[in-house]
Amino acid sequence: MKAAVVLFPGSNREGDAVRAIEMATGKKPQIVWHAETALPAGTDLVVLPGGFSYGDYLRCGAIAGRAAIMDAVRAHAARGGLVLGICNGFQILCEGGLLPGVLMRNKDLRFICKMQHLRVERADTAFTRAYTQGQVIKVAIAHGEGNYEADEETIKRLEGDGRVAFRYCDANGVVGGLANPNGSTNDIAGIYSEARNVLGMMPHPENLIDPLVGGIDGAGLFKSLVAA
Amino acid sequence: MKARVTVTLKTGVLDPQGKAIEGALKSFGIEGVDSVRQGKVFDIELSSTDRAQAETLLKAACEKLLANTVVENYRVEIV
Repeated sequence: MKAAVVLFPGSNREGDAVRAIEMATGKKPQIVWHAETALPAGTDLVVLPGGFSYGDYLRCGAIAGRAAIMDAVRAHAARGGLVLGICNGFQILCEGGLLPGVLMRNKDLRFICKMQHLRVERADTAFTRAYTQGQVIKVAIAHGEGNYEADEETIKRLEGDGRVAFRYCDANGVVGGLANPNGSTNDIAGIYSEARNVLGMMPHPENLIDPLVGGIDGAGLFKSLVAA
Repeated sequence: MKARVTVTLKTGVLDPQGKAIEGALKSFGIEGVDSVRQGKVFDIELSSTDRAQAETLLKAACEKLLANTVVENYRVEIV
């Protein structure tokens, strides 16, 4: 598994992503600057880390989604290569046209930074094979714009094609109501591309890989990728 | 040539910022506000003097970056 982590001006979770990948694969991923036009040869996985690329100017992820490296990321995804966008990375994937929909301001306008339960919707993808279907995991969320919105037809297609990766839920796996932190449509916390080789998610699995910092429920995602 | 691009949220898209501003206006005692929707304005200076060319360029700018057409509409005015 050869991984690359893309660095945009204003990214700030690249270190966490690098650490999680290194812990799972034993190999340090390469950091790739956004102005590059190509990914390192033989890249299997591209990670767009969290943060505030371009200071969230214009719209979250709008400018980064059109950065030079994104053409290479789109080509990598079109070839079936794996792409993981976390938090701002998810926003960048939506703005960059790799995933449908958009992340809007949280329903209650607040930046939310807390632990959150998620339900793993399917465990047969490159990102989730180390989990079981319906498993409830506890990871961190930290975002101001995580309210996933798309037109009705897109939501229907995502649901119908099994492209919802994770949903916000409570400790028992029950979705809805107060378990939804940001007003996201259908409690969506993460979605896949059509071929399920691109995953965008608001929560931070890369921060929950070490018992020292509160849990290891996020490690499964990186273990899954190693097996991919 | 100068242009103004206005980007607004499509009807039906939840606008929590607009809602908060609406609530604030009401709490300040400004009567008669039914609703507020927040948008963005871009004032752009163009080197072109050709109106048709400018409109084409601005439309491309909106489609490519200034608006997210999933949730936003845009309007271009040459001023």
